[in-house]
Amino acid sequence: MGFIGETVDSVKSIQIRQFLSQVVSFGMIVTSALIIWKALMCVTGSESPVVVVLSESMEPGFKRGDILFLHISEDPIRAGEIVVFNVDGRDIPIVHRVIKVHERLDTAEVDLLTKGDNNDEDDRLLYAQGQSLRSKVREQVLEHDVRHIEEKLEEI
Amino acid sequence: MHTYVYRLNVLLTEAITLLALMCAIASLSDKLNVASPSADIQVLHINWFHKQRNGNDEVSLTMNVSADLKSTFTWNTKQVFVFLAAEYETEKNYLNQISLWDAIIPSKEQAKFSYHTINKYRFTDQGNSLRGKKYNLTLHWHVMPKTGKMFSDRIVTTGHSLPEEYI
Repeated sequence: MGFIGETVDSVKSIQIRQFLSQVVSFGMIVTSALIIWKALMCVTGSESPVVVVLSESMEPGFKRGDILFLHISEDPIRAGEIVVFNVDGRDIPIVHRVIKVHERLDTAEVDLLTKGDNNDEDDRLLYAQGQSLRSKVREQVLEHDVRHIEEKLEEI
Repeated sequence: MHTYVYRLNVLLTEAITLLALMCAIASLSDKLNVASPSADIQVLHINWFHKQRNGNDEVSLTMNVSADLKSTFTWNTKQVFVFLAAEYETEKNYLNQISLWDAIIPSKEQAKFSYHTINKYRFTDQGNSLRGKKYNLTLHWHVMPKTGKMFSDRIVTTGHSLPEEYI
């Protein structure tokens, strides 16, 4: 009786140990992936260092499904650069090119207008109503935060 | 240790690592290219120049944009995005860049071009400071690679100015 009990116990403990060891290994893999992602966020300075292109608005340069690596720099944003931004209240990142820049002298604020290469129209209509028009260039947080130009009822 | 799944796993990891390495090397090879581009931009005619209802100045130009960007193409180039920007300074803004025209050059053969065109995008100011304004017309180009880092350069042409009065 004691012998059988001992064998059962030892078998159970092996199974439990194996199970626990597998759980820990799995946890390690998941945490390593998370560490790599956070490290990438740190190195690039961007909240979302890898994005996927979602629309065809930048064809033939970027196709749907292409993967982009982003980074933020202290350099000011200039016309022609490709930026990734979110419209206020939406989660989808938009990858477009800056076509107009108006940068102030005194406050280091900048107004930008973007347009997808493959689009006929610029992004005026895309920006949220009353989306903050200007941003201090040195306080960017998201990928390349973009604020739009207030064109004051300009006819399109 | 010797199952199909394990071997497949190793194969896949090695393949992806090698692919990433090849992409990096391809991108580095772009640095070996020395480009010698040339451009010539002429403003042929000012079509109109007025103040819009909202108070912003707007001008329409007819231009001739010629350039030879063949040397910017490498084997790793997917396309070159070229655009012409008017750049000027006002009291309110120390830098204004307005893209007037752009084009995508998909191949080396089409990289030598001459376009006679009016501005594709509106040349409007934030305000009404354009009368008599001196501005530069800069041809920018962005080389977009098949894989790797994008790089860009430009040629600045100075000496352009807008009329003192509205037309």
